[in-house]
Amino acid sequence: MALLDKHKILETNATLLLVGSFLVVTIGGIVEIAPLFYLDNTIEDVEGVRPYSPLELTGRDIYIREGCYVCHSQMIRPMRDEVERYGHYSLAAESKYDHPFQWGSKRTGPDLARVGGRYSDEWHVDHLIDPQSVVPESVMPSYGFLLDRPIEGEHVGELMATHRMVGVPYTDEMLEAAAADFAAQADPDSDYDGLIERYGDSAQVRNFDGQPELTEMDALVAYLQVLGTMVDFSTFQPDESR
Amino acid sequence: MSKKPTKLEKDIPTTGHSWDGIQEYDNPMPRWWLWTFYATIVWGIGYTIAYPAWPLVKGATEGVLGYSTRAEVQAEIDSFDAANEGMRQKLVAADLNEINSDPELASFAQNAGGAVFRTWCAQCHGSGAAGAKGYPNLLDDDWLWGGDMEAIHFTITHGIRNEDDPEGEARYSEMPRFGTDELLESEEIDQVVNYVMSLSGEPQDASMVEAGQVVFEDNCAACHGDNAQGDREQGAPNLSDAIWLYGGDYADVRESVYNARFGVMPNWNTRLSEAEIRAVAAYVHTRGGGEEPAEEASE
Ligand code: HEC
Ligand code: HEC
Ligand code: HEC
Repeated sequence: MALLDKHKILETNATLLLVGSFLVVTIGGIVEIAPLFYLDNTIEDVEGVRPYSPLELTGRDIYIREGCYVCHSQMIRPMRDEVERYGHYSLAAESKYDHPFQWGSKRTGPDLARVGGRYSDEWHVDHLIDPQSVVPESVMPSYGFLLDRPIEGEHVGELMATHRMVGVPYTDEMLEAAAADFAAQADPDSDYDGLIERYGDSAQVRNFDGQPELTEMDALVAYLQVLGTMVDFSTFQPDESR
Repeated sequence: MSKKPTKLEKDIPTTGHSWDGIQEYDNPMPRWWLWTFYATIVWGIGYTIAYPAWPLVKGATEGVLGYSTRAEVQAEIDSFDAANEGMRQKLVAADLNEINSDPELASFAQNAGGAVFRTWCAQCHGSGAAGAKGYPNLLDDDWLWGGDMEAIHFTITHGIRNEDDPEGEARYSEMPRFGTDELLESEEIDQVVNYVMSLSGEPQDASMVEAGQVVFEDNCAACHGDNAQGDREQGAPNLSDAIWLYGGDYADVRESVYNARFGVMPNWNTRLSEAEIRAVAAYVHTRGGGEEPAEEASE
């Protein structure tokens, strides 16, 4: 077997061996990964998923900054126990505007992919201030300091522009109105028609933390309350063959 | 001094490599290993035929077994639904007040309702339903909105003070913010707080109680009742029973009057089925405080 005898060339030349191994891994990787980007079967078209509003996006940044993902995943797997505890299994399209995504399997606390609307704002605030006051068994740390950290939307436009660079379809109009939309969402007395027009009905307008000031708590709760609420599963039936 | 190999068997070939006189046998792979390796290749090919695998132009091969994770989880859920279907239908068809007196239904409702409670309600009402500050204890007979099956069922279905109930039937009432909105003087608030505390325990300042009673009659009795016994029509708590939703310290009660409270519970009709709501209502009803329906309908 003449070809097989040639392996000596590779075995005795370290650089060639390195290049060869790299080629093999590359081909393997491309065959496994690349089809996922074009197969109909992995790209599900789902109605209702929209980019995060400025306040929600800021809340998401706080979520990541505080390392909530260390204990919480946002990916409900297609298994009966998970579907019964958390709700409908997650669809890939639901995290298409997540940079970085929050999938995972490390769950010290429950999955949060569909936590939106499941609890009241008051509960989230009580729970973030002192988790053990509402769930005595909890090992979650306290995040009460978020209430003392006022925020303004002065940089949120730039944050959104960065997300646009990696493919989130924020329009110019959304970027221009970023700071205004940011403030409007946490103030039910404001003129928030523009916000609803740009982000749809799933953008909830409330004073999330119950305090007059706009704080990081408002942003984080706004983010938690929108999680998993964008797709209306009463009208949408995911394709089972996927 | 180079050592000569002492026992070089001539019939086994060497690789031809030689370092400092050390040579390497070219032994073949152990047969069992080689055959296991070939078997894994065959298994791998078989696997990609049986299960979804090879990417093509538009889709991937579906696999002859037609397996899909999504279909499997759906089938599993359907099989449990089918097993429970009979009991669920019975539960939905039954008169609410009969559920806990029919042993078969009651035991189904206990188990199904307990599961619903631990999944959806325990975070607010506590795993044992004993509640927490701001989240009522469901074990006692001190009900805000009523403790018979009809009332509990309605509360759970539509929730309290939320804006999400599709039928807009969420229980609603709003206590005025007597301090924040400057409806009462600071002193009047101190007086009425002392009066309220005197009903079930010790006031902080007994000299204020009398004046506080006047403030109460003028401002609070419409909702909380003349004797502060509460009003379930409005979810106004009984203030004379030493059971406090928001705490019974002077500071807590003062905060309840100064800034008012606004307890919110989500509606469950969009997340739970009617059978699940009935089951958890029956579960709550049997925790200790469940009431019988009023003798006559109080129209
Ligand atoms: C040390 C791990 C840990 C970290 C970090 C953590 N959590 Fe939790 N979380 C838990 C645990 C455990 C629970 C379940 C008990 C409870 O409800 O408190 C929980 C529960 C929750 C729930 C309720 C979910 C449900 O469906 O019951 C929410 C919402 C939540 N966490 C949000 C957050 C947010 C937001 C952060 C970051 C600011 C965070 N958590 C950080 C451990 C953690
Ligand atoms: C987000 C927190 C939250 C969750 C989750 C929740 N509740 Fe409640 N529930 C409340 C609050 C707050 C009140 C009291 C509202 C008020 O002040 O009137 C309440 C009141 C009630 C009442 C009325 C009690 C009375 O005294 O009249 C019942 C019954 C009840 N809940 C049952 C349930 C059941 C069953 C579930 C699960 C399906 C549930 N709750 C889930 C927060 C919650
Ligand atoms: C419009 C009706 C209304 C009026 C008027 C009203 N209340 Fe209330 N009150 C309520 C309701 C409803 C609640 C329950 C709020 C909740 O559950 O979130 C409540 C709660 C309270 C609580 C908390 C009880 C607890 O268990 O923690 C106190 C204390 C209280 N009221 C005192 C007063 C006093 C004192 C006045 C008069 C100055 C007054 N209320 C006037 C409706 C009213």
